[in-house]
Amino acid sequence: MEVKDIRIPNMKTEDFKDNEYLEQYFAELRAGGVNIAIAKLDDIINWGRSNSVWPLTFGTSCCAIEFMALGAARYDFARFGWEVTRNSPRQADVIFICGTIVHKMAPVLKRLYDQMAEPKYVMALGGCTISGGPFRKSYHTVLGVDKIIPVDVYVPGCPPRPDAMIYGMMQLARKIKMQDFLKLPKQPDLSGKLSGVNEEKGGVQ
Amino acid sequence: MITLEKIQSLLPFANAVENKGDIFTTAIPADNFLEAATILKDGGFDYLRDIVGIDNGESLGVVLSISSTEHPEAIVMLKTLTVDRENPRLASVKDLWLSAALYEREVHDFFGIRFEGNPDMRRLFLRQDWKGFPLRKDYDDNLEINPIPTENEDLDALENLPEIDVNSEKSFEKQHSIFEKEEYVVNFGPQHPATHGVLHLRVSLEGEVIKKIDPNFGYIHRGIEKISEVYTYPQILHLTDRLDYLSGTINRHAVCLAVERGLELEVPERAHYIRTIIDELTRIASHLLGWGCMCMDMGAITAFVYGMRDREKIMDIFEETCGGRLMANYSTIGGVMMDLHPNFQRKVREFIPYMRKMLKEHHLLFTGNPIARGRMNGVGKLSREDAVSLGATGPVGRASGWSNDTRKKEPYAVYAKADFSEILREGGMTFDRYIIRLDEIEESLKIVEQLIDNIPEGSYSAKTKAIIKLPEGEYFQRVENARGEFCVFIDSRGDKYPYRIHFRSPSMTLVNVLKHITPGTKIADLIMLGGSLDYVIPCIDR
Repeated sequence: MEVKDIRIPNMKTEDFKDNEYLEQYFAELRAGGVNIAIAKLDDIINWGRSNSVWPLTFGTSCCAIEFMALGAARYDFARFGWEVTRNSPRQADVIFICGTIVHKMAPVLKRLYDQMAEPKYVMALGGCTISGGPFRKSYHTVLGVDKIIPVDVYVPGCPPRPDAMIYGMMQLARKIKMQDFLKLPKQPDLSGKLSGVNEEKGGVQ
Repeated sequence: MITLEKIQSLLPFANAVENKGDIFTTAIPADNFLEAATILKDGGFDYLRDIVGIDNGESLGVVLSISSTEHPEAIVMLKTLTVDRENPRLASVKDLWLSAALYEREVHDFFGIRFEGNPDMRRLFLRQDWKGFPLRKDYDDNLEINPIPTENEDLDALENLPEIDVNSEKSFEKQHSIFEKEEYVVNFGPQHPATHGVLHLRVSLEGEVIKKIDPNFGYIHRGIEKISEVYTYPQILHLTDRLDYLSGTINRHAVCLAVERGLELEVPERAHYIRTIIDELTRIASHLLGWGCMCMDMGAITAFVYGMRDREKIMDIFEETCGGRLMANYSTIGGVMMDLHPNFQRKVREFIPYMRKMLKEHHLLFTGNPIARGRMNGVGKLSREDAVSLGATGPVGRASGWSNDTRKKEPYAVYAKADFSEILREGGMTFDRYIIRLDEIEESLKIVEQLIDNIPEGSYSAKTKAIIKLPEGEYFQRVENARGEFCVFIDSRGDKYPYRIHFRSPSMTLVNVLKHITPGTKIADLIMLGGSLDYVIPCIDR
């Protein structure tokens, strides 16, 4: 598959699992076609972007501890240029959603997402953010953050191991490398409603 | 020694006092409730552990769990109920114990019981505009009634407190607000890296000095107590790990012990040893993270990396034996999930001298640092009386000189066989709360060292029935987790699901402590004080 041409340092292309979503993404890019100069410029920009993604520290519960472990000495995500964790959404590129999102938190998360500058990405870590997880039967849990904001990468687990989070980060880097940066929207879309946003934007698993 | 006769003589109007072990249960008519509580308070029962709300179908009630610091092994369960479901009212005990006001808000939030005399009857966890009381049995959890909100909570809704005047003949409600109009209020959280979770604090400032703090919980309220009512006991165990995830195995241990007591199940000695060792390793991991985070809150990021590095050693041991890193999911009803990994004992034996060496390094790195000492000394004084009245158990209470270690006071598992001392300090300052965690790591290492070579052979788990039905009755179990006294209260009606299950969160009182010790300190110290209390928000919100 052509998707496998996307080179990510530190991980061999054949080690990635097949991913229909990225393949479809790639096919769409191919069909669109683009000027060679622009494409090269895109490549350079995306090379830089994919190696210096700044995450927003956003931890609500257990997964945040594993996220801290990811930042500490053993797993050390500074190796991949992701270590500049920002406390303000205005400076962040990606939001790691670590932990359950409940009704009271939902508008806060939505506001944080809206405050981030384009292009922005969302990683949903753990069972709770994907579907509600063990708290699915609760009256106060949001059954999946994709009901509130669009998600780019889902990392399952309860909580996911730091290794799994690194794999998720690599997948996001692949997605960033495939994007047509110069054609991406530069203005944030604030018209998104709270539900149904996920319909047009898929997700990597 | 507290005896049945003593309780009966203290409370002449109590219907009957039941005695089960050290737990004395008694029902009091609602009219005499405040009087009974006052008598107990004056009779030396100075520690209010918790207030549990219960919906009995036709009536709503509360259970007060009260202990005395002199005889901590005895617990008095004071019950009362009201049959008025439309407009339930009970007397408030907030003037007797400092911790009561927050507990009453929780009961009000979940059951709609108004406590007369408590001016702060806002919702504690749910939004102020939430409809219905979720822990009532007739609650409708339809999403159309309470949809996912699209707008942030209106802060004005948090300001107004409807107050009930008990003294007037016809009780009326008047409004008053938390902060004055001219006060300068700063919002801190819910999304802030230094709040240790999603806690929202509204801080009133005068210059850079804090005047008042108003905590706002509920940003991670998952309704665990309600979900547990439709889950079987083995299923509930998995939710307890996710309450206070840093001492997950200890919380789980509490529920296992409570259910085993109800089933009168004989747990193999080997399982007790394994559980104790795993609990102590969890405590070390939690204190290491707490230490690292507190140092990071004060600007020492290196300490955080060092703490996490040592913690990874414990995570490795857990992963081999339990299969999980953070969530060990290890204890089950009757024992543990699976036997120890062959490497377990060797790795733990290697870990003990390593950790002792590293503790010395941690002291060298940070404890002796004059800047750190200068910041921690003399800030955030918590007196022993306040600690008891607030119910601040665990390292925070012990740093103020309150001897409250459940492992010593009411030994469970094999703590009675281990030789260790309870660390007590007199100061009650931030530095005492800092140093006590490092000292407790040393004590935990001592316990592990004594037990690791003596794990008896045999079965690691008792056989249980496929469907576990707990006999009718009330079960109570307390354990010492890394933050204090964690308690489980189970009301069983003979079913395979609990009728009501309640967890006492030690962290909730710690936020109450923050509210009491911060006025008068500088805003920059707020972060450090929060770090020294080391609360875990998902445990509070449940």
